[in-house]
Amino acid sequence: MAETNKVIMLGNEAIARGAYEAGVKVSAAYPGTPSTEISEYLVQYKDSLYCEWSPNEKVATEVAVGASLAGTRAMACMKHVGFNVAADPAYSVSYMGVNGGLVIVVADDPGLYSSQNEQDTRMVARAAKLPVLEPSDSAEAKEYMKLAFALSEKFDRPFVYRTTTRLAHSQGIVELADRQEIPDKEYIKNIQKTVMMPVNAKMRHVEIERRNSELAQAADTLSINRVEMNDTKVGVITSGIPYQYVKEAMPEASVLKLGMVNPLPKKLIEEFAAQVEKLYIVEELDPVIEEQVKSWGIEAVGKEIFTVQGEYSANMLREAVLKEELSIKEPAKAPGRPPILCPGCPHRSVYHVLNKLKLHAAGDIGCYTLGAVAPLSVVDTTMCMGSSISTLHGMEKAKGKEYIKDWVAVIGDSTFLHTGVNSLMNMTYNHATGTVLILDNSTTGMTGHQDHAATGKTLQGDPTYAIDIPALCRSLGVKNVAEVNAFDIEALEKTVKEELKKDEVSVIITKSPCVLLSKAKKPLYAAHTDKCKKCGMCMKPGCPAMTKNGDGTVRIDDTMCTGCGLCESLCKFGAIELVKEGDR
Amino acid sequence: MATKNIMIVGVGGQGTLLTSRVLGGLATLGGYDVKLSEVHGMAQRGGSVVTFVRYGEKVAEPIVEEGQADVIIAFERLEALRYAHFLKKDGALIVNDWRIDPMPVVIGAAEYPEGILKTLEKEHKVYVVNATEESKKLGNPRVFNLIVLGIAAQHMDFTREQWYEVIEKTVPPKTVEINKKAFDVGYQL
Repeated sequence: MAETNKVIMLGNEAIARGAYEAGVKVSAAYPGTPSTEISEYLVQYKDSLYCEWSPNEKVATEVAVGASLAGTRAMACMKHVGFNVAADPAYSVSYMGVNGGLVIVVADDPGLYSSQNEQDTRMVARAAKLPVLEPSDSAEAKEYMKLAFALSEKFDRPFVYRTTTRLAHSQGIVELADRQEIPDKEYIKNIQKTVMMPVNAKMRHVEIERRNSELAQAADTLSINRVEMNDTKVGVITSGIPYQYVKEAMPEASVLKLGMVNPLPKKLIEEFAAQVEKLYIVEELDPVIEEQVKSWGIEAVGKEIFTVQGEYSANMLREAVLKEELSIKEPAKAPGRPPILCPGCPHRSVYHVLNKLKLHAAGDIGCYTLGAVAPLSVVDTTMCMGSSISTLHGMEKAKGKEYIKDWVAVIGDSTFLHTGVNSLMNMTYNHATGTVLILDNSTTGMTGHQDHAATGKTLQGDPTYAIDIPALCRSLGVKNVAEVNAFDIEALEKTVKEELKKDEVSVIITKSPCVLLSKAKKPLYAAHTDKCKKCGMCMKPGCPAMTKNGDGTVRIDDTMCTGCGLCESLCKFGAIELVKEGDR
Repeated sequence: MATKNIMIVGVGGQGTLLTSRVLGGLATLGGYDVKLSEVHGMAQRGGSVVTFVRYGEKVAEPIVEEGQADVIIAFERLEALRYAHFLKKDGALIVNDWRIDPMPVVIGAAEYPEGILKTLEKEHKVYVVNATEESKKLGNPRVFNLIVLGIAAQHMDFTREQWYEVIEKTVPPKTVEINKKAFDVGYQL
């Protein structure tokens, strides 16, 4: 292996490598599954490029636009719903075009592995009139990045680069190449192109329609739009990961594999359709290719037999297209295993208190969304980043301040800085009285521990100013700002009760770092069955390290216990004891 | 060689990602085309997780589908039961004899099925090990997954030296020796 430069890479790692090889100079992102690792892999090239975590996707996109205007290749990375946050700059930079190549990497999540909806980025990109490339394995993931930058500069268009969870989180073989040294483009002041006031934007709209139609023509001969002619009885138009399912299930079929999914290569598609007897269009999520192809009067089969939900598979094609009867055994009946808060998670302790006080919570996006399910059952709403605070505010304005006395908003530190801070500003401005809990675990937890503006460290690992969240809240006009240790359940209960009584906005910051962050030696607790009264108090917060024995007493799994001590503080009979000291 | 389909199933946090990295490195070392598919993000948080590994002359899709797995490596009994229908007719099911209650069981909304191993043995070739206990004997309960991998190695196409080489490259430097020891425990069972 040593003499070759072939390595196995995660899709996201290959995207990062592609950006590096393409000579990217600036990258900005906000973490979001399944896009997060792109930036985490990109940072290894920090001697050649700059990369950052921005507070949200709108900021990240604007940073990339600035870098492009200054004449360097630049990109922004985000998950599909992050593209909604970035929609404002995305729709308008589409009119402006680029100077240095500009690519917005957007990761969709068919199958909803870690998302709140199943939207299709190709639809958003089409609405913004942005061209879209879509790779189908790690090798293409790397090459398409380089192509995206070259096309972006050639056609003066920002490019959307669409991936999905299955591509982002699959590994495949990639052949490494050297970094291209791309000279910076000269910055030439041109307000007709870069100041989007109506008179200019009107002209730019004409211009980008012209450029997009040029691009559509070029798409007919673009090498990544590839015909694999085989048996002409069945033809398939496909792209991305579904291409792999087609190759797996229907190796005999003729295939038109689209690497660019917007704009479509009309002539190429018409020619391909004319050569095959029956045409299928295989694309996950929305019928983006299908509806356009059918609008050209081409007969094809698509969503009549394929779903708009979830991921596809080779077996799905074998059944739907080939009409094969698969002898697949029924899955065994097994109780589900939904994701849960980790043992020792500080959110569990906070939710235990909120549950005890019988409160409702307007929730937000993060690990703490898991507080919606039993036994914690506290979170009533989860919609989008930052929405907890504004949702609570809307309830108060609809029904009055007494109505929200048994409600709080809960939001994480990273999510608060993402867009929650706007909503808090709105509360103090518009005479709200609600109580907001900021669950501060000193990281962006669910996506795998990324730094943010309040952690004191940048993506590139440099120490930096850490935003003081309590001071930020005070500066927004919040008079009642309390800080409580997340595991001090007595103090937390008292504080929540007090703040809910007030007819003013309150912010309670519950502090304790994510348990997975701590490298300290962890203490260990054990249960004494002879002292256990089988009351079940310690089981209430639903810690996965605790199990009931056959006789109703409890035991603690010593491979899972992190020594948070929540169960000990709940046991009134001294049946749970510290058996091993830790470093905290 | 026909494409070989391996699955690693377990509970988020049990180290399925590390195990898949070892398998991916191994297939690359063997000169095969290889694809792997993993689970990141929310699903990882204590949920049921599955990783697919496929290697052969040319691999198209990165996932293993129902009825196609040559080997399933299960880090926990209930997860073995959940995914057993992915096995081929003569596929091997390697089970760590360990129980982690899912939340519906913890809160009494569901029962943890009794006799999982017996149920599975009726239909499949099952290899059972209590790797969690075995790894505690080695002094580090976290290396249990290498013990399970050692058993899986008996059903795969690589030499012990190749396994060693990849383990050395993949695990943290300080833990190379104990991970190799753990691998041997499984390999010799």
